[in-house]
Amino acid sequence: MSVVSLKPGYTGKVADVEENFHGARLLNIHWEGHLNYCAALCFPLPPDLPFGALISDVVGPIYGLDADWAGIDWAQVRWTLDGAPFTPDFEKSLGAQGFVHKSLLRFWTAAEREAA
Amino acid sequence: MNASAPKKMSLKQKYALMTRGVDWTPTYQKPEDFYPYAQFEGIKIHDWDAWEDPFRLTVDSYWKFQAEKERKLYAVIDSIAQNNAQTGITDPRYLNAVKLFIQGVTPLEYQAHRHFAHLARHLPGAGVRIAAQMQSIDELRHTQTQIHTISHYNKFFDGMHDFQHMHDRLWYLSVPKSFFDDAVTAGPFEFLTAISFAFEYVLTNLLFVPFMSGAAYNGDLATVTFGFSAQSDESRHMTLGLEAVRFLLEQDEGNVPIVQKWIDKWFWRGYRLLSLVSMMMDYMLPKKVMSWAEAWEMYYEDAGGALFADLARYGIKPPKYADVASKEKDRISHEVWTVFYNYTHAAAIHTWDVDDAHLDWLSEKYPATFDKHYRDRYLTWRGQAAEGKRFYNNGLPMLCNLCQIPMAFSEPDDPSTICFRDSTYNGAKYHFCSDGCKDIFDNEPEKYVQSWLPVHQIYQGNCGGASVEDVLKWYHIDLGTDNLDFAGSPEDKMWQSWKNPGAKPESDLPLAAE
Repeated sequence: MSVVSLKPGYTGKVADVEENFHGARLLNIHWEGHLNYCAALCFPLPPDLPFGALISDVVGPIYGLDADWAGIDWAQVRWTLDGAPFTPDFEKSLGAQGFVHKSLLRFWTAAEREAA
Repeated sequence: MNASAPKKMSLKQKYALMTRGVDWTPTYQKPEDFYPYAQFEGIKIHDWDAWEDPFRLTVDSYWKFQAEKERKLYAVIDSIAQNNAQTGITDPRYLNAVKLFIQGVTPLEYQAHRHFAHLARHLPGAGVRIAAQMQSIDELRHTQTQIHTISHYNKFFDGMHDFQHMHDRLWYLSVPKSFFDDAVTAGPFEFLTAISFAFEYVLTNLLFVPFMSGAAYNGDLATVTFGFSAQSDESRHMTLGLEAVRFLLEQDEGNVPIVQKWIDKWFWRGYRLLSLVSMMMDYMLPKKVMSWAEAWEMYYEDAGGALFADLARYGIKPPKYADVASKEKDRISHEVWTVFYNYTHAAAIHTWDVDDAHLDWLSEKYPATFDKHYRDRYLTWRGQAAEGKRFYNNGLPMLCNLCQIPMAFSEPDDPSTICFRDSTYNGAKYHFCSDGCKDIFDNEPEKYVQSWLPVHQIYQGNCGGASVEDVLKWYHIDLGTDNLDFAGSPEDKMWQSWKNPGAKPESDLPLAAE
């Protein structure tokens, strides 16, 4: 049973369908080991945004307040996209690399990997 | 009643006459049409007369009793105003607990008033309908007394002016709002299990005791006053909750697994809601009562343990994931404070630098976690603030699709890693902060695909605009007054001028309206 309801066959209106975001898709992104940022961040982004721009233009200005950000060696970063290991192409768009509506991208930078 | 009735009836006789004695069995309509909500949850009741009200309260004595409490309460409210009680609190930082209460809890009292009125019409048993009717009136009275007492602070302090509007719109207030919306859109028996049992009976001590003791310790006569005035009502509500669950379990064996599922669900929902209280206890009380971890041990682990040992004879087990809640007791208050410190620019409360004495208290109360995971974070923030770069998180947080709290809670066995859970339903992804929240979604996905998640609503363009200023305006948050760090806030400056008038003339001390 997908809901206990007075009327049989009740269905709810999905509040967060992709069509409601004016051409954007939601992306959740989380920098592991930096919990001074209390939670993952959520952004509405066009699927044709290059991955490099996600890092430099979208999250960079926010995560850049942390002293560790400037020193990240991007070649050493470990990524997962929706739970699976992931190797991003910084030139290619998000849509071309498997990002879907409400995807979750997590990444571990060098210092955290060594500590782990 | 007629002329031959005895002049003085016993309590039992009076109760029988004024509850079941005024009930009737409909003959023009079928019972299922008369009570349309009584069947669909699968609960079976064979004998409504088996419902026993331990208080045997009737409307006439209820009215007399409540009127007496009102007279006392309003006398105290008058004296609070006449004596400038706003100057007697320990520190204005304390009032952020009161702000959370009026924004987050008082609107729930009103929701409870409405829904107990619904139960007072729609439950098929006269005894429980009468009890629901009294509780409905109680909840309305609590709404009013809270508004009337806290309104005294609203004359001087910020963040309380539009509490109902804020409750319906603000990101962190969607947590209590969606909790209660979930309950009132369930059937009557789930509502009773959710609110009367799981919340009022199992978890209420973790809400009211910390707030009322916190108020008493911090010179907040107003909150203590409405707390006292509500106390006898609350004990009646708790008894109703326990009686309701026992009644459901005794009526039919088939009810047991249904009730168990509700207990599991509403324990977890209530516990997640109380994470706001954990922050209040550990961070917002200048004079501290006890830590969240101590309160959890005393009021849940000890008291709840005894309760569930008692319910075991019906085949009821302790709530699923109660063990996770106990594992989290050393961290949730710090995780939630971090959320509010990150997003104080979008909240109608203040946060602040945790001073050294407070850091040491936290280290003492949380020896296993505080120094290892949180102290350095706060010291870094202090350093940033000292350089004029007070940290605010300028990205919006990912929210749990169920409890709607930012995804700040850590893995049950690893405080340094955020807990991520997800489900796919009809091809779409849904994210959760915990197995507890994921289970609730998976059991009834059609309900929670409708979640009004504040962050997603902002991105859909439903919250006044795209900029922070637009959204704050839509929230009715007065930028620079209701929000941002306590240090340098209008409240901070006003308090300084009250306590250290310095060059300021004494007449700056605000006097209560005559």
